[in-house]
Amino acid sequence: MIELTINGKAQRVDADPETPLLYVLRNDLQMNGAKFGCGLGQCGACTVMIDGEAHFSCITPIELVKGRAIKTVEGLGTVENPGPLQRAFIEEQAAQCGYCIAGVMMRAQALLEKNPGASEADIRAGLSPNLCRCGTHARIVRAVRRAGAAMQRADAGRQTKGAAQ
Amino acid sequence: MNAPFSLDISRRGLLAGGGALVVSFSLGGIGKLAAQAIPQPGAVVPDNNMLDSWIRVDAQGVVTVFTGRVEFGQGMKTAMIQIASEELNLDPNTVKIVSCDTALTPNEGYTSGSRAIADGGVSVRAAAAQTREILASAAGSKLGVDAAQLKLDKGMFVAPDGKSASFGELVANEALHVKLDKQSKIKDPKTYSVVGKEFARIDIPAKVTGGVAFLQDLRLPGMVHARVVRPPSYQAKLRSVDTAQVEKLPGVLKVVRDGSYLAVIAEKEFQAVTAMQALAKAAQWDEKPTLTDYPALYEFLQTTKSEDVVIVDTKTTPAPGTRTVEVTYRRPYQMHGSIGPSCSIGWMQDGKLTVWAHNQGAYPMRQAISELVKLPEDQIRCIHMEGPGCYGHNGADDAGGDAAVLATAFPGRPVRVQWMRADEHGWEPYGPAMVTKARVSLDDSGTIVDWNYDVWSMTHSTRPGGAKSMSASWYREQPLTLPPSRAPAPNESDGNRNAKPPYKLACAKVMHHHIKDMPLRVSALRSLGAYMNVFSNESLMDEVALAAGVDPVEFRLRYIDDPRARDVIKMTTERFGWTKDKLPKGRGRGFAYARYRNSSSYVAIATEVEIDPATGAVRIPRIVASIDSGTAVSPDGIRNQTEGGIIQSASWTLFEEVGFDNTRVTSRDWMSYPIMRFSAMPESVEVHVIDRPGQPFLGAGEAAQGPTAAALANAIAQAAGARLRDLPLTRDRVKAAMRA
Repeated sequence: MIELTINGKAQRVDADPETPLLYVLRNDLQMNGAKFGCGLGQCGACTVMIDGEAHFSCITPIELVKGRAIKTVEGLGTVENPGPLQRAFIEEQAAQCGYCIAGVMMRAQALLEKNPGASEADIRAGLSPNLCRCGTHARIVRAVRRAGAAMQRADAGRQTKGAAQ
Repeated sequence: MNAPFSLDISRRGLLAGGGALVVSFSLGGIGKLAAQAIPQPGAVVPDNNMLDSWIRVDAQGVVTVFTGRVEFGQGMKTAMIQIASEELNLDPNTVKIVSCDTALTPNEGYTSGSRAIADGGVSVRAAAAQTREILASAAGSKLGVDAAQLKLDKGMFVAPDGKSASFGELVANEALHVKLDKQSKIKDPKTYSVVGKEFARIDIPAKVTGGVAFLQDLRLPGMVHARVVRPPSYQAKLRSVDTAQVEKLPGVLKVVRDGSYLAVIAEKEFQAVTAMQALAKAAQWDEKPTLTDYPALYEFLQTTKSEDVVIVDTKTTPAPGTRTVEVTYRRPYQMHGSIGPSCSIGWMQDGKLTVWAHNQGAYPMRQAISELVKLPEDQIRCIHMEGPGCYGHNGADDAGGDAAVLATAFPGRPVRVQWMRADEHGWEPYGPAMVTKARVSLDDSGTIVDWNYDVWSMTHSTRPGGAKSMSASWYREQPLTLPPSRAPAPNESDGNRNAKPPYKLACAKVMHHHIKDMPLRVSALRSLGAYMNVFSNESLMDEVALAAGVDPVEFRLRYIDDPRARDVIKMTTERFGWTKDKLPKGRGRGFAYARYRNSSSYVAIATEVEIDPATGAVRIPRIVASIDSGTAVSPDGIRNQTEGGIIQSASWTLFEEVGFDNTRVTSRDWMSYPIMRFSAMPESVEVHVIDRPGQPFLGAGEAAQGPTAAALANAIAQAAGARLRDLPLTRDRVKAAMRA
């Protein structure tokens, strides 16, 4: 049994410690966000956040992520209550087939958590480990910019509120 | 997009997968089942000729559209809902859709060629209009007024005296079980309030929140996992394999061997992967060197025996030319490169087979599977579920074949087959290598007096081909083989697509040389021959304009009368700010125009590039495009498809070439087949949609592929000061051209 912390929740899984995190997320835990794209760490469809950094879950054995904070696209919000990044992707209609999108979003989330004011050039450079085959790049960058702005506004709101108290 | 779309996202998200007839079931504790996993067949057997095979209204008045078309991220479902809602005056949030399932929907063959809305949308529109007429007539009788006096709003007919009748009340007694009238009276486009407006796509919320959005996400009760061990090369034969050790590995349920077809089935997915790797190591293959690599391949294309078809012949004795441009363009094999390898699930229960696949058509797949596993079609149900974008005939059909074969070998439990990355890269049917050759003469005044164009190409379609078109059939003890292809009529359907230039030319000859051999496996890749023919024709037009000393846009306009063509050119050049001003060396502007298939969407594209002289890398600061695809059902859907087409085509054009040696395909992953990454993407992509309400839907999915390639080539020619005619226009080639 290996204990993993996924989206803030402790999960115990019975799997070989060498099993890549991707298979545990998708099969043992029946989560759909992280996708199998290459199994080689070349395309980013499987990207998740581990302790705040974007990682390829397809080449990350679960024994290496015991006790670390794993975040997937499911941890960003729900259809009923989407998080800022999810909302921005819907508002920009930033998907075609959408297969790469959850992975792209997790790399973007890691980027924005560090720097919500990331410029277009920062975003293009930051997202480069991830591939999109439908050519949705322009919309994706717009959506990430939109989410960054929303996060900054929310931050500013919290600070103002904090200052007032 | 400045404002959020008008659709209620949370509500729509809940509706996304469902339909009135969709029933979920669960088998206690075996595994979570997606709510929409297995829609139960209704009482209606799909029949394309019957209205209620296309549209149904339940007792609550809820309308469900049934389409044989498939969604693959192009927004088909949302557009179909808009079309039906428009004719029925319904809030599109309330309309449901069921797509592509041999038990539930009409048979619309493959969803390809940008025809989903152009053909499928027309059927749905007719069905919705006919439904409105039938229900209006029933309402008139019930309320005792003439149907023409009724007002229809949100599923309710209202008479002048205020009395009303709802869809749900009126639909009884198989009212819609009548013949589909394709000539149903449709609404006046001037009254449209849903078609042509922006609605959020229904499939996106699940895709950004980790919902069940793809076949890859479908988990059936008791499902097991399979992997196929593919031969290392097309002609390889399995000499021997010791399966004993693999059979002992944890979780392994069965090793399947039939001739050179080798696969393993295991309880858990990673166990199947591990077993596949062990099995691959244990397998001994005999291989044959049967391939010819570039550049000899291009020689082969032009010298091997071809079937020759005249596309255009208005040849007279040409007026004497004083300048002649004679050039050859080449295109390597290029791949679909779906971002997710293909996947399929087969389930053999009590002699009946169900196959879930993400290929482009459930009905042709059922026919092929019937041949492949020798089961009558009425014992097979094929269900389409979304997969990663395919852009044509990729591995998805084959995966369906694998699932059928393996489910038959392991009956009782659902068998999920997932291709690995190397399978998809190495085994998908590629877009074929092509060569084009042109000779164009100008007279003293710079007018084209003679135009000669030849295109050599292998086939662009190996579907439908029944079981023979599925790779699973080629390696079994009793193998099938794909027959040589035949040259198509000059009908824009294959390598001939857009070979004919979109210009008024007094004296022209255009020939299609069809090559029946297929050294590498090939089939339909987005836009078929149009990508290469438009790249060639539009590069050529620039080369000729340069020889004439005329601005390339102005030069093209001398040969174009069609006002819709002129409109997209005007829109693009105005928005781009096209000028004749010189740019400094290293920077260039390029333009290209085409009407897809010479009868579908009009597209004009202008771009700017900047070349890094040290590396030859091409930066694309901006691309501006305009598209006229007739009545725009979903303008943002058209923009999204066109932006995507532009970026994908830019990737093909700058980066992509399938590599192979004399035996094997060597492009087996994203390192050996690089595509465009975010770091190289165009920094601005602007798409303008020219809506033509009331005009036929022309289809938008493929129209940008060719013009993008040529606009980039033309811009690079200007920036580099030298013309590149061999695709892809890689940084090494650009650098070499600049130095030459």
